[in-house]
Amino acid sequence: MTDQKVKTKMKTEEYFVNMGPQHPAAHGVLRLLLTIDGEIIKNVEPDLGYIHRSIEKMCERDSYQQIVHLTDRMDYLSSHINNEAVCLTVEKGLEIEVSDRVKVIRTIIGELTRLASHQLWWGVMGMDLGALTTYFYAFRDRELINDIFEETCGARLTMNYFVPGGLMYDIHPNFVKRTKEFIAHFKTKLPEYDRLLTGNVIFEKRTKGVGMLTKEDAIAFGATGPVARGSGFASDIRKKDPYSAYDKVDFKEALFTEGDSYARYKVRIMEMWESMSIIDQLIDNIPEGNIKEPTKAVIKLPKGEFYQRVETARGELGVYINSTGTKNPYRVKFRSPGFSNLSVLNHISKGVKIADLVATMASFDFVIPDIDR
Amino acid sequence: MMNIPLNIVSTVHDWLFSIMPEGVATVTEWIIVAALYLALFAVIGLYLVLLERKVAAWFQLRLGPNRVGPWGIFQTIADALKLVSKEIYNPARVDGFLFKIAPYFVIVGALISMSVFPFSKQFQAFDINIGIFFLFSVSSIGVIGILLGGWASNNKFALIGAMRSGLQTISYELSVGLSLLTMVLLAGSLQLSEIIEVQRTGGWLILQGHIPAIIAFMIFMIAGTAETNRAPFDLVEAESELGAGFHTEYSGMQFAYFFLAEFINMFIISSIAVVLFFGGWLSPFGITEGITWFPEFLWFFIKVLIIIFLMMWFRWTFPRLRVDQLLTLEWKYLLPLNLVNLVIMAVVIWLNWTF
Repeated sequence: MTDQKVKTKMKTEEYFVNMGPQHPAAHGVLRLLLTIDGEIIKNVEPDLGYIHRSIEKMCERDSYQQIVHLTDRMDYLSSHINNEAVCLTVEKGLEIEVSDRVKVIRTIIGELTRLASHQLWWGVMGMDLGALTTYFYAFRDRELINDIFEETCGARLTMNYFVPGGLMYDIHPNFVKRTKEFIAHFKTKLPEYDRLLTGNVIFEKRTKGVGMLTKEDAIAFGATGPVARGSGFASDIRKKDPYSAYDKVDFKEALFTEGDSYARYKVRIMEMWESMSIIDQLIDNIPEGNIKEPTKAVIKLPKGEFYQRVETARGELGVYINSTGTKNPYRVKFRSPGFSNLSVLNHISKGVKIADLVATMASFDFVIPDIDR
Repeated sequence: MMNIPLNIVSTVHDWLFSIMPEGVATVTEWIIVAALYLALFAVIGLYLVLLERKVAAWFQLRLGPNRVGPWGIFQTIADALKLVSKEIYNPARVDGFLFKIAPYFVIVGALISMSVFPFSKQFQAFDINIGIFFLFSVSSIGVIGILLGGWASNNKFALIGAMRSGLQTISYELSVGLSLLTMVLLAGSLQLSEIIEVQRTGGWLILQGHIPAIIAFMIFMIAGTAETNRAPFDLVEAESELGAGFHTEYSGMQFAYFFLAEFINMFIISSIAVVLFFGGWLSPFGITEGITWFPEFLWFFIKVLIIIFLMMWFRWTFPRLRVDQLLTLEWKYLLPLNLVNLVIMAVVIWLNWTF
């Protein structure tokens, strides 16, 4: 039989699979339209809209204090940082300078949020790659951070602790003590994370060279956060455009140039160490000062456009407020890190295996409500 | 040496033959033995599920099942009752016949292979002279069930899982077979009871065969874990990639068959390891050699549990391999190593370097 005959007899077809909206690897309601040839992915098309709550439109209806509450529901793993972004934008518009105490507390809580988010990501990353135990190790430590938050602001997920002008109320008397205890605890536990997963030969094989994203592509697609920093693109807003107390602390920007899933993994592990170092520098000397600068009960931003960006656990979150001088914003736009990072997925997932797509998605750390506001 | 189990067996045997004609008595005896074995495997399967959940809990800073009965010992029975009472649901447009028959292939393959194990000197259903060969051939029936189930489910994820299962089992069966062959070379017999008798005088085969035997054991554990589709080789049901893999569409008792078969297969792999490497029901250093009343099958089960614990340890520690890495590991590393190891073993036996 000639080759030609074999070819006509052996016919393979590409087929189409819905990965999601209910799929264990999507961590939410992300629907990926996969075109697959055997195990090899030919095309990935994300389909959004399954958790669209029109947050931006709702913001136009609400007062500026109320907007803060909506942002918790975007990236629920960095809710404090989302709150901070809106508060900073409104404060910019009102030209309020918050006290040093507020700045330092916001920074500490922001870094604790980043730690909690990265812990969850670490657990889920292991789980996506089939190492189910990581999830529980991560949650053991994450619970401690949630306890600290719960004591101070009463919530564990949707915080609403920051308000335009400062904080809703002062930190709990135990806050400093428990944060220190947590940092001491987690400094012994983070090496355990490395021992369990980082050096594992299967883990390295599954992530090294998988989901390669070049620096040029990262910039072109607007990727930010650990995804961009894993490709060598220094995009940390805390360094480039410091807000709150980040200009007063000394920390290194986690930067790796390999651009694969393993580099993104290492970026986040290093960020956990840096977050702990930032908290260490600030926790012992929280300055005295006002908890909240006085604002009017009904905040009216002056006519104009205001923009502020912050570094959430996932990357650059930008808040754009267009005000016409009334008590409601005319237009609000969130530049969410997840949306831009997701747009890279199609570009880097062509021709990889299904398992590689899962590993890549795990290293991107998607939170779907953040992508689909 | 008259042992208690043998006593009971021969009493029942004599009684059956005294009250009915020979042919009927033989068939009745078969049925009794089969029923006993089925009950034994149901218990083993259920309690391995419980053990897995407890072991997982220990590894994961959790408590595990602890509500139904003390230490949760009735939890899996409650789960099984729930599965039995559940509707067997056939999704639309499945291939009905194949869909229904697939779980039985898996469970029957697992059950048949159990019948040749010598749990103790007398506790063995049938002792054929090609024991290892028989085990090896019937344990491959299971993959047919998985392939059929995945194909008939009319679900793409199930199909991907089934195809992965096919290539995984076909590849790793080579390694399992070759590592067993290495040990058979050392034992000089395919009959399981013979293999154990060899170890009574000469010590466990893993000590007799030293370096090549240890290599064979390692290969056997890796390939055996892959054969049973357990982590880190659980690509077949990789839940973060394929939902539940080949049994995505199954529910109720059909699902339970797949689930139980996995645990019974794990028991089989561990049992083969115990028989071929660790002396089967022989006590370590012969400490209970002279005690006639000691139930020797306890040693068998203790050794099996240790190896099962090892496999559970793998599962709750390692991430999952990718499908091409799985094949690379087998065809580029394990298989050549295995062939070389077989030659080394032959040379060791030829030069009489065994202990």
